[in-house]
Amino acid sequence: MKTQQSRNDDGLAAVVPATAPPQVVRRRRKPLTWDKVSFFAVFLGLPLAIYLLFVIWPFIQAFGYSLTDWSGFSPNQNFIGLDNYVKIFTDDIFMKAMSNNILLVIFLPIITIILSLVLASLVTVGGSSKGQIKGLRNSSFYRVVSFFPYTIPAVAIGIMWGQIYDPSGGLLNGILTGLGLDQFKDFAWLGDKNTAMIATMFVIVWGFVGFYMVLFVAGIKGIPAELFEAARIDGAGRFRTAVSITIPLIRDNIQTAYIYMGILALDAFVYMAALNSGGGPDNSTLVMAQQLFFTAFSKGQFGLASAMGVVLAIATLIFSGLVFLVNRLTGGDKDVSL
Amino acid sequence: MTTKVTTPEMKSLHFQPRTPATTPGDKVVGAVSHGALTIWTLIVILPLLWTFMSSFKTSSEIFASPFSLPSEWKLDNYIKAWSDAGIGSAFLNSIIVVAVALVIVMVLGAMCAYVLARYTFPGSRAIYYLMLAGLTFPIFLAMVPLFFVLKNMGLLNTLPGLILVYVGFALPFTVFFLFSFFKSLPHEITEAAALDGAGEWRTFFQVMLPMAKPGLASVAIFNFLGLWNQFLIPVSINAAGPRVLSQELAAFAGQMGYAVDYGALFAAVSVTVIPVLIVYVIFQRQLQGSVSQGTSK
Repeated sequence: MKTQQSRNDDGLAAVVPATAPPQVVRRRRKPLTWDKVSFFAVFLGLPLAIYLLFVIWPFIQAFGYSLTDWSGFSPNQNFIGLDNYVKIFTDDIFMKAMSNNILLVIFLPIITIILSLVLASLVTVGGSSKGQIKGLRNSSFYRVVSFFPYTIPAVAIGIMWGQIYDPSGGLLNGILTGLGLDQFKDFAWLGDKNTAMIATMFVIVWGFVGFYMVLFVAGIKGIPAELFEAARIDGAGRFRTAVSITIPLIRDNIQTAYIYMGILALDAFVYMAALNSGGGPDNSTLVMAQQLFFTAFSKGQFGLASAMGVVLAIATLIFSGLVFLVNRLTGGDKDVSL
Repeated sequence: MTTKVTTPEMKSLHFQPRTPATTPGDKVVGAVSHGALTIWTLIVILPLLWTFMSSFKTSSEIFASPFSLPSEWKLDNYIKAWSDAGIGSAFLNSIIVVAVALVIVMVLGAMCAYVLARYTFPGSRAIYYLMLAGLTFPIFLAMVPLFFVLKNMGLLNTLPGLILVYVGFALPFTVFFLFSFFKSLPHEITEAAALDGAGEWRTFFQVMLPMAKPGLASVAIFNFLGLWNQFLIPVSINAAGPRVLSQELAAFAGQMGYAVDYGALFAAVSVTVIPVLIVYVIFQRQLQGSVSQGTSK
């Protein structure tokens, strides 16, 4: 890895700064030709220009706006320092939204990953304990079906489940009353503050389990079958095999899944907006992103909204850092990688 | 490292396939596992079937009983959703935007990943990390300023503006995924191409790109799903522009919150869900294959 040598360089400068550490291997290549120059300009310059203009530049600007009282459409933009941040952290509604996000970030990844790991193990190595290592019968059918929800746009998922949870004509209460549970006849799953969050989480899990299952299936298939066979000969049962072989060996996949799912949980805007656009009963499903959107595009407080965005970004970074740290502390890097 | 993707069956040929005697324990575990998988399958499929079935019903039928079949299998709801609610034109807009953005992001992403993976130059690592950072930052933070960037360029509420933003936000994932792919391709091939007199451009388009096909396929699938799914970007920067599907769907659902036409809503959802589902079922083999190739570095 050549990380060391270029880490200190100024990110975008094409020329080596004078202070750059001595380069050990000078590339003794032919002088710059038109072919090479045009190649670099188009292959690196073009994507980078789009990326910088539409992604990085807005991110940087957001930090700037977060220190102003800008309303978005008026020309006056006063620098007010950290006032917006103070306002955010003393705002009960935003703090409620934040605690909802924290709830999501703790539970969503865990539930999704455990469920998809179990399903992935069943379809790859869950078959008969005699003979070859294989999944259960019809496992490819289960795998294909589980991925279905991932192909559906989140808005459509939200609308669909909104109807399923509908108190009077919905599928869920229809099933429950059909089973004889009459107390659910007109129960509003999304309208009761005790169930709104759980019902919403279930929808998100429903949407993502199949995707992570596919990811984990790929990971497990990358493990040589001999390892499973050896474990079996040593007398390890299914659970033991999963804990001692599968999980350690697809650890990187799990970490990636955890981070992606966590970032999603910190956002969660689409699902929340589609299922309970107003933030749910007693703001029980309100998330920071909804509050940000509302502040920016309905109330026109762009400065304040940008500050919320910064808080969200920092939360995301802290979260990713924590996952990396925990993985490293528990020995993630020392494990054999195949 | 290039671990060939080998299915367990291939690896364990030395195990003579004796007739597997199933122990009672096996049977129990098997039954429980199958039970669990069946329940999960039902949880996935039932909502979809129900939505599809409801899309043929009238609102009063939907409320009368959630389970009964529609009295008549009429396409009225679909006609209403497609033309009156604008799902049809939004569908076409979505196809245009996603297709163009997908082509651009795949070409640019592959180029960028190729340069970052195969050439070392000052700052190449920094650019790579900058790309990675784009993956973790919440899109939300960028939305407010992005609104004004596009406004100043005169691209607010236009499809080209939407396409460019899609490309920008899909780039990090594309580069990240293809980076390891290009990294793993053997260097001898580039050298052979150079010896044969191929320039940088030619080497990329005629040698490297074809070799990266499996990686490109899976990234394209995930990018397609991601962009097709995109909601926040169009809602923030294309609110008054020609609507894309997810946007129109949300608007339709919102506007009829208290109105009654649930049948048309179910039809609109079905129109959104079914085409992609069909395409997925056709191409799922490639997807499964390419994911395993992509993840085994």
